[in-house]
Amino acid sequence: MPEIRKIDLVIIGGGPAGLAAAVAAWDDGCHSLLVLERDVRLGGILQQCIHNGFGLHVFHEELTGPEYADRYIRQVQERGIPFQCDTMVLDISPQRLVTAVSPAHGLVQIQAGAIILAMGCRERPRGALAIPGTNCAGIMTTGTAQRLVNLESLVPGRRIVILGSGDIGLIMARRMTCIGAKVLACVELMPFSSGLTRNVVQCLHDYDIPLLLSHTVIAIEGRERLTGVTIAEVDLATRKPIPGTEEQIACDTLLLSVGLIPENELSLSAGVSLSEVTQGPLVDQNLLTDVPGVFACGNVLHVHDLVDEVSEESARAGLAALAWIRDPAGPAGSSLEPIRVRDGKGVRGIVPQQISRPVQPPKLHLTFRPDAVYKQATIRVEVDGETVLRQKRLIMTPGEMAVVDLPTGRFDPASAREITVHVEVSA
Amino acid sequence: MFDVTIIGGGVIGAAIARELARYRLSVVLLERKSDVAEGTTKANSAIIHAGYDAKPGSQKARTNVAGNALFEGWCAELDVPFRRNTSLVVAFSDDDLPGLEDLVARGRENGVPGLSLIDEAELRRREPNIGPKARGALLAETGGICCPYELTISLATHALLNGAEIRLNTPVTAVRRENGVFVCQTPQGPVASRALVNAAGVYADTINNQLSEDTFTITARRGEYLMLDKRFGPAFQATIFQMPTPMGKGVLITPTVEDTVILGPTAEDIEDKDDVRTTAGGLDQVLRVAALSWPQIPTRHFITAFAGLRAHCDRNDFILGEAADVPGLFNAAGIESPGLTAAPAIAVELAGQVADRLSAGKKDSFKPPYATRKPFRLMNQAERETAVAADPAYGRIICRCESVPEAEILEAIRRPLGATTLDGVKRRARAGMGRCQGGFCAPRVLELLSRELGVPQTELTKFGGASRILCGTLGEMPEPQPRAGQERTGETHA
Repeated sequence: MPEIRKIDLVIIGGGPAGLAAAVAAWDDGCHSLLVLERDVRLGGILQQCIHNGFGLHVFHEELTGPEYADRYIRQVQERGIPFQCDTMVLDISPQRLVTAVSPAHGLVQIQAGAIILAMGCRERPRGALAIPGTNCAGIMTTGTAQRLVNLESLVPGRRIVILGSGDIGLIMARRMTCIGAKVLACVELMPFSSGLTRNVVQCLHDYDIPLLLSHTVIAIEGRERLTGVTIAEVDLATRKPIPGTEEQIACDTLLLSVGLIPENELSLSAGVSLSEVTQGPLVDQNLLTDVPGVFACGNVLHVHDLVDEVSEESARAGLAALAWIRDPAGPAGSSLEPIRVRDGKGVRGIVPQQISRPVQPPKLHLTFRPDAVYKQATIRVEVDGETVLRQKRLIMTPGEMAVVDLPTGRFDPASAREITVHVEVSA
Repeated sequence: MFDVTIIGGGVIGAAIARELARYRLSVVLLERKSDVAEGTTKANSAIIHAGYDAKPGSQKARTNVAGNALFEGWCAELDVPFRRNTSLVVAFSDDDLPGLEDLVARGRENGVPGLSLIDEAELRRREPNIGPKARGALLAETGGICCPYELTISLATHALLNGAEIRLNTPVTAVRRENGVFVCQTPQGPVASRALVNAAGVYADTINNQLSEDTFTITARRGEYLMLDKRFGPAFQATIFQMPTPMGKGVLITPTVEDTVILGPTAEDIEDKDDVRTTAGGLDQVLRVAALSWPQIPTRHFITAFAGLRAHCDRNDFILGEAADVPGLFNAAGIESPGLTAAPAIAVELAGQVADRLSAGKKDSFKPPYATRKPFRLMNQAERETAVAADPAYGRIICRCESVPEAEILEAIRRPLGATTLDGVKRRARAGMGRCQGGFCAPRVLELLSRELGVPQTELTKFGGASRILCGTLGEMPEPQPRAGQERTGETHA
């Protein structure tokens, strides 16, 4: 084994999260930095997202995925930020020893001062749903289909049913239609789409693709290649198929858009604790995990709807990691008892899950998803049982991440023990 | 004209081929699917049974105990994973306890070593995750787990290296015996031989009944399974059985040699011998019954579900050996559980009988098995460093879930009896076996298969036949139908 390199900040992943974190940390003065990317190029999943709509918040213009990635890649290149592609991180130890392998550099070990986890997420496979039927060809996740179509000009199917209405599913419904395939239906278990409303409108409605809410695929037919699926309506309360509502659809392909799972195998190897709800690391307001010096941002932390939000969050992680490197005992490394942040009524997966002290003013940035669709909703924030903030929202859906900025002046950060966020229907 | 034709490339056919390859005999194995181990062998519990369950005096009891004793040596020689993780038959009520004693008695009659009863405290010490109703268990120290498809691929490859022919995609559509010669009809033409080994799994009755008056019936008994992510591999050390029923050994929970966990099987007799679908009712039943053994099944972490068919014979036992009325026809039929365990014993015995019938002696030299390299995922740091330094393709990880480098995928394709399909790569290199089930690596594996085999990606299949992964290229697609209504401009979306 060659000698162990020492680098202040190692960023695992060169997608939108890793790149934004790298640029922010570099600009704040961290020049001992390395981005490790498993693909042969930077940019992550954006490279296969050739549709537009990215960058409205960060760049105030509409970009495609590769264009958005290119903005950050150019920032990285202009600054000369070191990165290494075609490199798979195999292990991270709790002491921040990173083991990685690549064809060009072989097996290397790096002792990192701090680490930012930015590995993104993966799609839930069919097996996670245990959809009954045969294990034939013609079933794949929408992300795999997107890669095949957009990066390799290959066609995964011609008559398609999409299960799940996550954003990639919606985008691929339109994409498959545009390449001449027939998308017969988009089938969603829940009574609402888990994607952004604008995607439902622009990708399904505009192309006359039926969105079948409260439906699911209950059987998969086909010995070799898929020949059809059976769908059924599900009971709203139990989500079980309602007998008598079965309908067969002849198709050659079933695309799955049934959820994204933050990819945290490396986080676990480092000893990072995960949330059962977000399936990402438990973090504080500085995006620090419960392992000293290990930070997390982007879709590895919690699945975002917009890449712009990933970039903004990750820039904060870059700055926080650098602050920690400079002063491990500072705000991000304090030993004071933290304030717990709890999911209240109607709230799922709040991030961060705790607030370290001392709390830096002026505000705490809290994100979560409502557990259902709420109209005329109020977000109510409680600190130790006392309401400190109410904000009204016309509509909230699980498909759109909710953000609430809690001014630190609304409560006493030195004595507070627990913050709880609720979503309530306004009276 | 061959000396011996073997019908069926499951673990039984492959094991017999390997054992026959030791003799001065020309051997051909005919497999209807695109790969060996594509039927019952790839979809079962992967348990090496101790042998306490089979009826004393039966072929099952005899070959189970003999096969179990051979298993470790076979796996060591072939360098395929095997672990004696022990089996536990758990009593979940006081009423079950006498049943355990019956099993011990039966096991001792069968000659099974290492059987004992353990009390609840000892059971909980060994298996802290066992359900609250557990009262005690039968411990079978010789129980084990292995990887049936790896074993079968290794056996078939070893046979191939010693002169046997392996013909894939070659279904036997009819078989007859003329003037002492067996003729198998296949789409690629007839295959003639002096002896015939029937290892055709759920179709063994069809083969036998075309040749012999002594007919039997094989029923496909479907078993459905669920598989959990390897994060839960340590949940149980032993294979956890419940009390056996007339339909089989019941729903078990077991770690696999690859550290995943499997739950199942159900047992359902079905008409269609190719119907390996899972069903909502079956998977529900697996979960419901397994919950007795393990109340906290982490249902969010299933990575796949599958079903396999057991070849259940109406005679309730294995049918082994030469047919009384057809000299040269050797049956290995009705091989349901504990068939995998029994495979080594069955193979040695049948190969000996075939060689005797054909008066063949052993070859002077017998080549060793194909040498496989230790998988990257199991290498230590120094081994990995050496591997990558010697071949940079070890440094490019294609399957991130199972840490499979490009070098191992190329090896899976280039080796003797190499992979030609996506599933073939999966079973040789494990790419696509992990928690994302090929979501990330499948497109890259397709690229490598295409390049290595010189076949366009659009022709590649999941497991042969019509199981194509893709439907063409963008250039071949029709123009999309123009939409009714107004065109929309300025689309925005994430």
